[in-house]
Amino acid sequence: MRSKRSTNAAMGVLAWIVALLIFFPILWLLLTSFKTEQQAFTVVPNFFFSPTLDSFKAALAQGSGYWHYAWNSALTAIVSTIIGLALAVPAAYAMAFYPNKRTDFLLVWMVSTKFIPAVGVLIPIYLVYSAVGLLDNALGLTLLFTAMNLPIIVWMVYSYFRDIPKDIVEAADIDGASIMQTLFKVVLPLALPGLASTGLLALILAWNESFWSITMTDHSAATLAVYIASFKSAEGLYWAKMSAASVLAIAPIIVLGWFTQRQMVRGLTFGAVK
Amino acid sequence: MAIVELKNVAKNYAQGLVAKGKGDKSSNAVDNFNLVTRDGEFVVLVGPSGCGKSTTMRMIAGLERNTEGAILIDGKDVSQVPPKERDIAMVFQSYALYPHMTVAENMAFSLKLKKRPAAEIKTHVDEAAQTLGIQHLLDRKPRELSGGQRQRVALGRAIVRDPQVFLMDEPLSNLDAKLRVDMRAEIVKLHKRLNVTTFYVTHDQVEAMTMGERIVVMKDGKIQQIDTPINLYEFPANRFVAGFIGNPSMNFLRAKHADGVVSGDGYQLSLDGGHRPAVISRKMVDVWVGIRPEHLRLSDATATNRIQGTVDVVETLGAVTVVQLSVGEHSVTAQLPGHQKVELGDTLTLSCDSDKLHLFDDESELAIGRESTAQPSAAAEV
Repeated sequence: MRSKRSTNAAMGVLAWIVALLIFFPILWLLLTSFKTEQQAFTVVPNFFFSPTLDSFKAALAQGSGYWHYAWNSALTAIVSTIIGLALAVPAAYAMAFYPNKRTDFLLVWMVSTKFIPAVGVLIPIYLVYSAVGLLDNALGLTLLFTAMNLPIIVWMVYSYFRDIPKDIVEAADIDGASIMQTLFKVVLPLALPGLASTGLLALILAWNESFWSITMTDHSAATLAVYIASFKSAEGLYWAKMSAASVLAIAPIIVLGWFTQRQMVRGLTFGAVK
Repeated sequence: MAIVELKNVAKNYAQGLVAKGKGDKSSNAVDNFNLVTRDGEFVVLVGPSGCGKSTTMRMIAGLERNTEGAILIDGKDVSQVPPKERDIAMVFQSYALYPHMTVAENMAFSLKLKKRPAAEIKTHVDEAAQTLGIQHLLDRKPRELSGGQRQRVALGRAIVRDPQVFLMDEPLSNLDAKLRVDMRAEIVKLHKRLNVTTFYVTHDQVEAMTMGERIVVMKDGKIQQIDTPINLYEFPANRFVAGFIGNPSMNFLRAKHADGVVSGDGYQLSLDGGHRPAVISRKMVDVWVGIRPEHLRLSDATATNRIQGTVDVVETLGAVTVVQLSVGEHSVTAQLPGHQKVELGDTLTLSCDSDKLHLFDDESELAIGRESTAQPSAAAEV
């Protein structure tokens, strides 16, 4: 009994240490964003200082273009998620309820595309995009995000569909429902928590994406990733401004995540406990 | 109401898409299935798991396509018709209720899809709910219901549609024993009232015997016998049916035949007119003798028909006492009157009337001699 309690206490302390280690960079980012550039640059860590909003003002100033980048981030993330779900639902439906001997291979093949590092396909995609004029284009970036997230979305939706007993789909079939009616009146309502968490995950992955955003856009389609990177200039790093910009960039998604965390957890563990 | 006809129906999973992990790819899951129902008949498909009974039902439903033969509903070949156009209703073992809909919505779903007027749907749902005694549950979701209540809703969803054919796939197997017996009677009553042609799949021979007007006994995808419950009991077509129908199961003794008497280590039984001519004319030597436990009784050691053995197990059930004896190499079960005093290790002599004996061919295991005269027993070619 005693040993169990002390083990629990030790685990608790360990959990706190790990959590703090993970959280510390974000805390430091947040602190730095309220400092002046001089304070941000000191070698000795400084936890106590009089906070200033100067960096935020600079980051949000007229010329900084924060809202332009934020709009691009929101647009590409939301639209790519919607397209991704629209493509994944029929694919997952077919694979979950009408599997054939190639279904497993197809699923593995799809996820295997995620094994290739993005930089490995950068050149061909860059050349194709350049040829068809999709560079620095919101549509081009949206399509990239869709392609990037589609395997994950299909996998997740597929696993949520698999949790729906096949009997229920067959009952709808016998009750006279067409495939569309079965999908919209039976399958989608039942998979809704899963679809919501899949959508949120895709949204977050697209919002946080930086590799393609930085390499494939310049200004007109650039997202917040490009905006943060822009604070690293030839004259040096602006730590405080960059931190403020980063806080502004991650804030929307953190707020969204905060409000939907119950939904997320429910969706991600959906089917784990019957 | 409809006449359902299955002509040479077969299912082979290797043809077309292979449903994962189901059936043997090389052989037919269902083979050479022939059956014509009467209008409004209650047909039970029974057999051990994997015998093809559920596959047969799913082919009638259209959830699986038959790879050979034809399925006709009222004379129309529906083999290529999708389930929703077959005008059938199905009750699933898992009930398969729509979890996100209320009981009323579950029952109304098919009618809504047919775009029937709301008032008409309500009338149908209320009627069905009343028949099944679930009016008070109409606003609940399936997860708020007990197993028995869900079962009723599943039945309700089927009868609301007023279909040509009912299909029930082991609908009672998820209920506890007491409820199962109650629902069994209720489904039979419901069928009497609605008089809709019904197929009922079960692996439980008691359910089959109590509910079916006709029973199709299946094994390894093939029909073993199609007959009324009493004919299956009295005139089993082969050794499998004989052993499957009846509880406790029939005893089988491997015997040598000579001059109308079959015998072996510890037993000797003389045949009567039903068996004697067939066995003698076919000059049979090795046969299987089948004796139902309920046809055995205690007798003295000098009886013409006698089986002698030592008692291994005694099960006192009150109404009856079930005794297991070692007779030579065989184990024999006898069902004796409840008041019978039997001790472990006793040596007993049992007897059985000659007209209660069953004989089966040693190789083909087909029944010999006695056959149903009341109704032609449609024994399948095995």
